[in-house]
Amino acid sequence: MQKHVVVIYPHPDDESFGCSGTITQFRKEGIPVTYLCGTLGEMGRNMGSPFFANRETLPEIRKQELLDACSVLDVQVEMLGYRDKTIEFESRDEIAEHIKTYLEQIKPSLVITHYPGEAVHPDHDAMGAAAIEAVRKMNPEDRPVLWAQAITNDRYEKLGNPDVVRDVQDVFDTKMKAIESHRSQFEGMLNKFKQSPEFLGKNKDALERFYYEEFYTWKFE
Amino acid sequence: MKAIQMEEVQQALDSFANKEVYVHLETTNGAYAKHFDKNAYNVGAFIRNAKVSFSRAKIVGAESTYRIGLKMEMGWIYAEGVSDWELNDEGQLLLAGHDAQGRLMVALQISDKPFRY
Ligand SMILES: [Zn+2]
Repeated sequence: MQKHVVVIYPHPDDESFGCSGTITQFRKEGIPVTYLCGTLGEMGRNMGSPFFANRETLPEIRKQELLDACSVLDVQVEMLGYRDKTIEFESRDEIAEHIKTYLEQIKPSLVITHYPGEAVHPDHDAMGAAAIEAVRKMNPEDRPVLWAQAITNDRYEKLGNPDVVRDVQDVFDTKMKAIESHRSQFEGMLNKFKQSPEFLGKNKDALERFYYEEFYTWKFE
Repeated sequence: MKAIQMEEVQQALDSFANKEVYVHLETTNGAYAKHFDKNAYNVGAFIRNAKVSFSRAKIVGAESTYRIGLKMEMGWIYAEGVSDWELNDEGQLLLAGHDAQGRLMVALQISDKPFRY
């Protein structure tokens, strides 16, 4: 099977924070990557720091940031057109069918999404669940491998250790460049890290989260 | 957006009185409050494109943050903590309050036509 990776997350910036190292490594191997981005993060509260966006300009700003990041990462992007914060209230089945139309066309070898229930943001949980449902709806022999990303603080206690742990330090510069593309979202966080060095000291995981990208291979019954 | 100038905002509010307008009202402490502090919990609410009309609007406050009340026939619309404002190219009045990191904490917006949805 021709290799092709499809990344499915709800927000512009999930791809950069979540798996841009892994994406970059795949791209270096010549494997095509497509990002299906659920929303434009319209309801985000980060407006830049100091703020330069407002509730009405944020969607266009984040759309451009998404395009910039995807250009850094050299991936195709498809925007699915849902509204930030509302995915969990939509019909999961409809979203799954929508995603499935992309999967049937692209025929990916690997799908990356959030681990439902272990992804902190309700949009992450709902989009992850819909993405997994979309793969489940495929013929078992056509199904891609599915990597689910958990980001809750207590994920190891609940799920055990992830079976896929990727060291992305070799592509760290590209990863940071992708993250920095999301200027409206990134600056505030960077300032937070700068302002509390003990936050980093206490949570070495917080920094190492950028060096390693972890996934749980999903098992369909 | 820029820091609120009370007289200008009051004028803008008055221009939306006594007609049908669309309101976006929102408050949030983010989706990650609990993730970063297990003693905190996430709080948020928004309503987008509520079609209302109000007979009176008033901005009250001191120094950097303000309260705004819109008096409707059968109730009120209220926002506290508003500090910045803008009348955008589409004639929409945007009011918001931000924390020190520039994150939005509260927003009240009024428009003659629906906000993008
Ligand atoms: Zn997200």
